[in-house]
Amino acid sequence: MSSIGERVRPNLSGSATVTVEDLAPPAVDWGVVLGPLPTETSGSMAIRQSVTSAIDALKANKLRALLTMLGIIIGVGAVIVMVALGQGASQSVAQRLSRLGTNMLTIQPGSGRQGGVRVGAGSLPSLNDLDTQAIARQIPGITAVSSNLQARNVQVVASGQNWSTSVQGNYPSIFLIQDWQIAQGAAFDQTDEASAAVVCDIGQTVATNLFGTSNPVGQTILIRNVPFKVKGVLAAKGSNGFDDQDDVILIPYSTAQIRLFNRPWVDSISVQVTSADQVSTVQQAITNLLEVRHHIQPGKPADFQVRNFNQLIATVQQTSATLTYLLAGVAAVSLIVGGIGIMNIMLVSVTERTREIGIRMAVGARGNNILSQFLIEAVLLSVVGGIIGIGLGMGSSIVVSHLAGWNTIITPESVILSFGFAALVGVFFGYYPARKASQLDPIEALRYE
Amino acid sequence: MNAIMETGTSVQPTIRVENFSKDYFIGTNVVHALRGVTLEVHPSEFVAVMGASGSGKSTFMNLIGGLDRPTDGTYYLDGIDVSQLLPDQLALVRNRKVGFIFQGFNLLPRMSALGNVMLPMMYAGVPHDKMVERGMAALQAVGLADRANHRPAELSGGQQQRVAIARSLVNGPSMILADEPTGNLDSRTSVEVMSILQQLNAQGITIVLVTHEPDIATYCKRVVRFRDGRVIQDQINPSPRNAAEALRELPSDPLEVSSS
Repeated sequence: MSSIGERVRPNLSGSATVTVEDLAPPAVDWGVVLGPLPTETSGSMAIRQSVTSAIDALKANKLRALLTMLGIIIGVGAVIVMVALGQGASQSVAQRLSRLGTNMLTIQPGSGRQGGVRVGAGSLPSLNDLDTQAIARQIPGITAVSSNLQARNVQVVASGQNWSTSVQGNYPSIFLIQDWQIAQGAAFDQTDEASAAVVCDIGQTVATNLFGTSNPVGQTILIRNVPFKVKGVLAAKGSNGFDDQDDVILIPYSTAQIRLFNRPWVDSISVQVTSADQVSTVQQAITNLLEVRHHIQPGKPADFQVRNFNQLIATVQQTSATLTYLLAGVAAVSLIVGGIGIMNIMLVSVTERTREIGIRMAVGARGNNILSQFLIEAVLLSVVGGIIGIGLGMGSSIVVSHLAGWNTIITPESVILSFGFAALVGVFFGYYPARKASQLDPIEALRYE
Repeated sequence: MNAIMETGTSVQPTIRVENFSKDYFIGTNVVHALRGVTLEVHPSEFVAVMGASGSGKSTFMNLIGGLDRPTDGTYYLDGIDVSQLLPDQLALVRNRKVGFIFQGFNLLPRMSALGNVMLPMMYAGVPHDKMVERGMAALQAVGLADRANHRPAELSGGQQQRVAIARSLVNGPSMILADEPTGNLDSRTSVEVMSILQQLNAQGITIVLVTHEPDIATYCKRVVRFRDGRVIQDQINPSPRNAAEALRELPSDPLEVSSS
């Protein structure tokens, strides 16, 4: 780079003091200058040349290029963040629901008449422990089964404190089925179940209210005046939105049946299916089995119901997927707006550079050369904007999930889709200005001031 | 250049224009810019095209440069019937057969001198190393090899025009078309430019130069005058001035010849 001073200073090649000798440099190789033009007809070179020109043009106007790209950056970033948030929300809803059990079946007594007496739904004494055992024995594709007995508002007493809570009598498999973790001590096991041991595992809420901060394991609780030994404390689950899930005492089914409930029927049967896609098959198999066992005539209403959560989960997931599409759609609109920004700037650029286009045409640029130069410029704007947008979108997703505690998932699909869409926007909105440039009349373009 | 027609005769004229006419339509008015021009320019000629503004000389330049197509008449450039070519074929003719030099230099401001010189070769598909080699040789020919990496804004008017001359000759054209090449230059720089053009002409390059300065025309070997779209005079200049000698006689006071 020369300074201005250098230009003014007289030297051999400066115009100020040119001598005739300088104008006839002895070293001119006219053979090289005027010899046959070494050409190669390669398309890749023309593209490379267009890319170089496009980069130069964008570099010459950095701020403008950045502002133009901003539309695409925000558009792509928004699509990625929105889809990440939507998918994250969808996933966490699905997870919460699957904790209820996507692969869970619940069998409850039906409503109906029993000997002419109408009884409320679920209170019919139509299910018993033998049904549970039959399911466990005869139905394939299940991992865990439990008979359930449950009583709410049971007064329990320990170390001078009393508390009203719900008591559940289940098989030891309930820890697996209801996804209970043990915080202290141990879960009651098959031995306890077989011997109807008077042991219990208590929820965090019960533990706090009866024992405060002291260790409940090994202590005794009176449940309906029956002394139970605390075998373990359950890890906290929190609220499910309706109930405090930790306000519970779990005892073996046999113990509950003999010591507390003293009745042959069960409130419900829980079944865990091996995998979620087998749920409907297993559901049908259980229905068939119980219909036979309960002597239900074909076409008559059954005295039980087999329920699963899949319907609910599917509905919720569909809702959140719709929401994701909606968010992504709104974000995509901003991508299109970004594309209009590119078109606007490219039109301005074509007008500004009319003379340049004229010069290029005069030295031999074809319409296609000019078209590809401007098209590549537009695509470069959208592609670089897209790449920055991907970075911004991923960054924002991470920041949002850290700050707001929301679950976000960045899928490769959303990245590829938004990037591809951005590139497409560049081609679409860049084509018209580029075509306009390529169709300029060289004489008019050269004359343009 | 598969369209080259072998004439088989002695020397094929570089330019052969027959009954050339060009009409412009401005609204409902028809402007007859050229009204039947017939002219031949042979290789190694140095022709000055003169005439007042509106005489049709610029239209003539645009037509023989392949920037425009005539309304009527035929035009053979190196034996190619250019008047019948499509826009893309015309672009190829401009690229290979014609070198343009303009009054306003018309260099691309963002490119270096070398970049500007290489531009016609880019569109010709010359490999990069060959472009650099040939571009540097062309800059050497106009005495600007040491300014190869300077941008036009960092060069004086005379230097810019020399870059433009290097650009015009780099693809080995059949002819160089210079449209008022000295119009924006002071008298000394004008003579420098004419000196370079005379050197190129001495190498066998055909040059057609449009000017309205009679002084500039005295450096050319032949003078063609236009008026009202017709050729009114076509003279051989028996003793063209030597620009290099004229330059020697000019006072070389640096203060007087500031760059434009």
